[in-house]
Amino acid sequence: MSMDDCGKCEQLLQGYLDRELSDDEVAQAERHLDGCDYCRRRYRFEESLRTYVRTSAAERMPPGLLEKLAQLRTTGPGTSPI
Amino acid sequence: MGEPDTAEPDEARRIATEARDRVRFEEEALALADQVYRVARRFVSSREEAEDLVQDTYARAFRSWQSYTPGTNLRAWLLRILTNLNVDRGRRIQRRPDELPLEEHDYYLANRVAETGGEQVLDQDRVVERLSQDSIVTALSSLPDDFRDVVVLVDIGDFSYADAAQILDIPIGTVMSRLHRGRRLLKATLAEEAIT
Repeated sequence: MSMDDCGKCEQLLQGYLDRELSDDEVAQAERHLDGCDYCRRRYRFEESLRTYVRTSAAERMPPGLLEKLAQLRTTGPGTSPI
Repeated sequence: MGEPDTAEPDEARRIATEARDRVRFEEEALALADQVYRVARRFVSSREEAEDLVQDTYARAFRSWQSYTPGTNLRAWLLRILTNLNVDRGRRIQRRPDELPLEEHDYYLANRVAETGGEQVLDQDRVVERLSQDSIVTALSSLPDDFRDVVVLVDIGDFSYADAAQILDIPIGTVMSRLHRGRRLLKATLAEEAIT
């Protein structure tokens, strides 16, 4: 493993996790990751970070908003022809 | 002669079908409200602004429901309206290039975490939780608007690159480059603000 390989592996990180790499690039990243703890740790870190960003940033709709939106309907629930 | 007059029943049927489609559209749109709000909330700085934006979005969506093609991605269609309204509000900050936060490499944040606790600390399951949830929200909101929009749509809204491109009306290559840069900017900001 050389620093150059780690640099290349770092460049493939986002595409790899997004499943946007070509088969060749995936094979290249995986070959390197198999033998490199340093990069493997960083890939795993990135993966947990993404999950954590998603959960940290998710804020539920405030109570009452859904009712306000329903009032904007042009067809009232009472007028439903179904 | 003796032809039954079918015009009226046809017209009545057409109106009934349209009314039914409209109700179905409104119900499907309302079922997505929580997911729409979730994205809206990260586009603006306060809960009140997010509520206003979502209400304006639904008011417009209900008015122009006929321009939605059934069977296509309704959530993306709603978000397209929402991002247009958000741009129209004109609250977006135009930044000069020299005001952009500093972009670092993709491993930068992990390296900074490893510096404080040693390389092995990265093996811990919950190492990312050393970053507070507040710091993540703050870092997201500090991203330049164009970068933040893409990161929010893809990483929080779960939209594909193609959907994000359509929502923002930009080429898919631009989505990818803004997404990649935006994530690196986010990590660089987290490294500066969250690690002490």
